[in-house]
Amino acid sequence: MLDGLLRTLPISLEQGFAYGIVALGIVISFRILAFPDLTVDGSFALGGAVVARLIMEGVSPVYGIFLATVAGFLAGCCTGLLNTRLKINSLLAGILMMTVLYSVNLRIMGRSNIQLLTVDTFITPLENLDINRFVPIIAFFAAVAFGIKILTDLFFKTQIGFAMRATGDNEQMIRTLGVNTDSMTVLGLGMSNAFVALSGAMVAQDQGFADIGMGIGMIVAGLASIIIGETLIGKQTVARKTLAALAGSVAYKWIIAVGLRLGLAPTDLKLATGVMVILALGIPALKKEKEEKLHLRGV
Amino acid sequence: MVRLEHIKKVFNKNTVNEKIAIDGINLDIPEGQFVTVIGSNGAGKTTLLNLVAGTYGPDEGDILLDGECVTHLPEHQRARYYGRIFQNPLMGTAASMSIEENLAMADLRGKPRGLKWGVNKSRRGFYRESLKLLDLGLENRMKQNVSLLSGGQRQSLTLLMATLSVPKLLLLDEHTAALDPKTAQKVIQLTDQLVKEYRLTTIMVTHNMQQAIQYGDRMIMLHEGKICYDVQGEEKQALTVAEVVDRFGATLTDEALLCQAPTTGGTGC
Repeated sequence: MLDGLLRTLPISLEQGFAYGIVALGIVISFRILAFPDLTVDGSFALGGAVVARLIMEGVSPVYGIFLATVAGFLAGCCTGLLNTRLKINSLLAGILMMTVLYSVNLRIMGRSNIQLLTVDTFITPLENLDINRFVPIIAFFAAVAFGIKILTDLFFKTQIGFAMRATGDNEQMIRTLGVNTDSMTVLGLGMSNAFVALSGAMVAQDQGFADIGMGIGMIVAGLASIIIGETLIGKQTVARKTLAALAGSVAYKWIIAVGLRLGLAPTDLKLATGVMVILALGIPALKKEKEEKLHLRGV
Repeated sequence: MVRLEHIKKVFNKNTVNEKIAIDGINLDIPEGQFVTVIGSNGAGKTTLLNLVAGTYGPDEGDILLDGECVTHLPEHQRARYYGRIFQNPLMGTAASMSIEENLAMADLRGKPRGLKWGVNKSRRGFYRESLKLLDLGLENRMKQNVSLLSGGQRQSLTLLMATLSVPKLLLLDEHTAALDPKTAQKVIQLTDQLVKEYRLTTIMVTHNMQQAIQYGDRMIMLHEGKICYDVQGEEKQALTVAEVVDRFGATLTDEALLCQAPTTGGTGC
């Protein structure tokens, strides 16, 4: 058992930090803006699709990651505009974008799957180092994840960051203080999905392929990570929320990896994740504790 | 300062539930005047305030603030003109943010926001001094989240936030109605003090006739979307609750309005 825990740790750290950036994005939409954004499943695959296509076209992996991030930002903005301009319910706006992105991603890739094992990606120089593969890769993903976490924390201490937090907390109040809450929602969703697409672009290179289905269940996995993290770290401040997202993501991947070692069928992964989230959200209600509802706008 | 020209507002237009909330109101409020607005439920008090604030636009007529036509300006662009306090004490502050952060946001009312630090350290002393004015000990709790404060404390903080970057206009929407009588009394006195100190043009909607008569320079009574009584100056000073009830008892069917105990600031009965 202990051996299993240790053996699964490196892969959990690698994936935990890589997917932790998705959880950071979901913190912005669900936790800060209180916007239940389901675009994530589409924008994660969008990131992978954009970077895979660009690498195949001969663009450098780093530039490809940058453009994938921009694409994610635009996708998030679209969801925001559907909600604020066209007054489409927040949940529906996200589902619509997710559906639209499925076709967009197929168009971008030209087929449902692009493999990247035989071409140079940003992973290649890391793997060519003369040490255990995990060391540089974990270090790289951890550095990117913590870098983004710190930038996010700093952003939410600025004037615009305050306005965005208040938009999720009390929209009416911050509007009477002169903030265009629609712009804040659009910008926040853009940032959130930019993070998600960035993660998708890196994960695609890490696993060696981009696939049309790679984003499926991402939102639930991200939420599971956040819930686990908040139990461990707390959620009193923005810095804690973002730290919880990263720690939760590693813990989630670890639980999954151990589960797989103990005989959990890979096909049952999403079921297990779903049950995890249902239990985490449902147990307080069953215990009839003080109701701590997920505060979400437009639901 | 505030000018309403032939304002009309209809809700649920062209349906069986059509309701004319404001029916052709003309109103001119000069700078520095403290106006109290009274009327029974459904008379159009809150609608009037929402129209001035820009929560929604009128169906007919124009609204001028400080000589500028703002009829079609959205709420967030009108923000530089006014500070507003709602009836619900939870509505004026962001609960998940600290006292200091809330004050810093109010400090930037109507100004462009950028990537500078949200809390300007050099303003901290000013926030502390302002909080002392409330006499609630909040100046020692500036880093705490607003969710830890009571309703009365939150409403007092909202009042401070609304007046922090001295607005041209203060809109008060039954802002003491949800508080216990003692706290309500404190908040209304603080309101009066701040309004006098900064000579703020103020519109205060209230359900409490005693409050409407005691405070302010002018009192307007609304009935079915029209102004049915407009009194100011010495005539208002001499007004008593009994007198108004005598005169308008027939139209004031609202019990909460009539059976107000004369000395309490809360919801009587």
